Amino acid sequence: MDEILAQVFQIGFFAAMIRIATPLIFATLGELFAERAGVLNLGIEGIMLLSAMLGFSAAYFSGSLWLGVLVAIAAGVLAGLLMAGLTVTLGLSQHVSGIGVTMLCSGLAFFLYRLIFGQPSTPPNIRAFETVALPWLSSIPGLGPVLFDQHALVYAALILVPVAAFVLRRTPWGLALRTVGENPHAADSAGVSVAATRYQALMLSGALMGVAGAFLSMAQFNAFTFGVISGRGWVCIALVVFGQWNPWRSAAGALLFALIDTLQLRLQASGVVNVPYQVFLMMPFVLTIVGMALVSRNARAPAALLMPYRKEER
Amino acid sequence: MVSHKTKGSHIASAIARVAKVSALAGIFALAIFAAVSAGPASAAEKLKVAAVFETPIEEPWVNQIHVALLKAKAELGIEYVWSESVKSADFGRVMRDYAEGGYGLIVGDAFGAERIARRVAKDYPKVAFVFGSGIGPAEPNFAVFDNWIHEPAYLSGMIAGKMTKKNVVGVVAAMAIPEVSRLSNAFCAGAKEVNDKVKCKFSFIGSFFDPPKAKEAALAQIEAGVDVIYAERFGVVEAAAEKGVLAISNMSDQSSLAPDTVITGPVWDMWPTIKYAVAMVQSGVFTAQDLGGFSYMGKGGSYLAPYHAWDSKLPADVKKMVADRTQEILDGTFRVDVDESTPQSE
Repeated sequence: MDEILAQVFQIGFFAAMIRIATPLIFATLGELFAERAGVLNLGIEGIMLLSAMLGFSAAYFSGSLWLGVLVAIAAGVLAGLLMAGLTVTLGLSQHVSGIGVTMLCSGLAFFLYRLIFGQPSTPPNIRAFETVALPWLSSIPGLGPVLFDQHALVYAALILVPVAAFVLRRTPWGLALRTVGENPHAADSAGVSVAATRYQALMLSGALMGVAGAFLSMAQFNAFTFGVISGRGWVCIALVVFGQWNPWRSAAGALLFALIDTLQLRLQASGVVNVPYQVFLMMPFVLTIVGMALVSRNARAPAALLMPYRKEER
Repeated sequence: MVSHKTKGSHIASAIARVAKVSALAGIFALAIFAAVSAGPASAAEKLKVAAVFETPIEEPWVNQIHVALLKAKAELGIEYVWSESVKSADFGRVMRDYAEGGYGLIVGDAFGAERIARRVAKDYPKVAFVFGSGIGPAEPNFAVFDNWIHEPAYLSGMIAGKMTKKNVVGVVAAMAIPEVSRLSNAFCAGAKEVNDKVKCKFSFIGSFFDPPKAKEAALAQIEAGVDVIYAERFGVVEAAAEKGVLAISNMSDQSSLAPDTVITGPVWDMWPTIKYAVAMVQSGVFTAQDLGGFSYMGKGGSYLAPYHAWDSKLPADVKKMVADRTQEILDGTFRVDVDESTPQSE
């Protein structure tokens, strides 16, 4: 038991937690923007995979990691546009469109990877992002190495949470977005273009999912493989509900999920608790579901979620 | 009523659009299929060999089969085509397509579609099926093989046991299936044989193909004191290189990933298995057998990867010890036990 405690109170533990949470935070916030505008973006899993692939490829050939991130964002924005075309312009079922986008993007990632790299025995790799220790801040005992000796994208994720909350809560665009998600008729009569707002929300949503994908293939790891997302996108869908469509709470959910994942990896290696390893692997999922059941009893989804908006129709 | 009518026409136009989109998707899917599986349909005399894989070709286990089949194409004058990422639901259909397309030998990994693969094989008794499987062969035409590379895993463990300074070695693996457990257990047994103070740690990531997760699991082990780590999956070597500990690779020679980190590792060579299967089919004497023995070191189906940069860095006594034990295994005087129980961290 002492061994576990010693490990939990190690700097590496919390640093790992933040690192594991980062892609979840990006993608969760991306999903949150889409849902607050009234569109469930189930394209998330595929968008993350395609962005991870294209971002990695761009970095591989250009040698510039940041160009890779930009390409990942561009891929996400395009996929978001496609999602918007299907669900906003055509008004198709959001569930079906989202699954379709995920399948298309996954297939495309696979296909393009084969075109670009062929069938390598060992996946090609890049020099991934290295951690950037912030001057002064990283020398704070305890907190410094955990929070301020991380990848640049980790800082971006941590800053993004208050920014997202501010944008949603305190800016005219955020107000328009929320109104479109709650009552598109009211938004429309107030002169807000429902379609334009949803398009913007879905493009932003795709962009953030793109960064999440890029983080997995270019910072947390240094290569692209087909299992690099492994259901993390679906977890983010749950985290948005867990966080009751609130950026702070959703990010907290991502941190909680990461905390338990970090803990189970250490419990497995400790050999103190002898239960089948599947129990450990289940822990983050089970506790997120339990947490969701407890926390989200009063949760209320955006009223217009899943409903296509057509002018002059009620 | 007006709104009802509007809705109807909306739905109709939406359906038309969906039809368009799905037609496009269909063309796209065909294009992928053609690109992946199209092979030249010439030379009637050549043996046509097809492979059906459940995962992408990069999956380390599958890749070793694929590499051997490519070699067979180059050296044995066979035709070779393959389908990758074939999910269980499609597995039977793809197998049947090949069986009816004149393919004389069909290779694959049956684990996820064990029953389906066996059922299809029964319907085509003239076609030879050689599949990776955890269970036995089935008459008349379903032969099996598996990655029986516990011997080099044991040798790697001996090196790890000698090279660890903190007397803690670790294994980060996919999941506790027999194929994985017997390698993990053999590795640990090898380490313990040469160093009775060694403790073994085991982590499973629950997935065959999630390198970021494997890397995090490896980092967790390194924090727990592991200083030689067996990378059953992709992702572990990177963690070891980052933290400056040593690594043992798996399945193929992965020294190039991090030459100063990877000492060596078990390599699975499917060439003896494939060569034998092709020869049997070509000479018309194929029978349903367990070809697992062709993956043993004695048959050249597995070996320890070359030391590369470590050739000059490994202590001479360690190298001698490994060389002696290798010879004993090849001579048949030392037997590495097969232990397929789920390993637990100590």
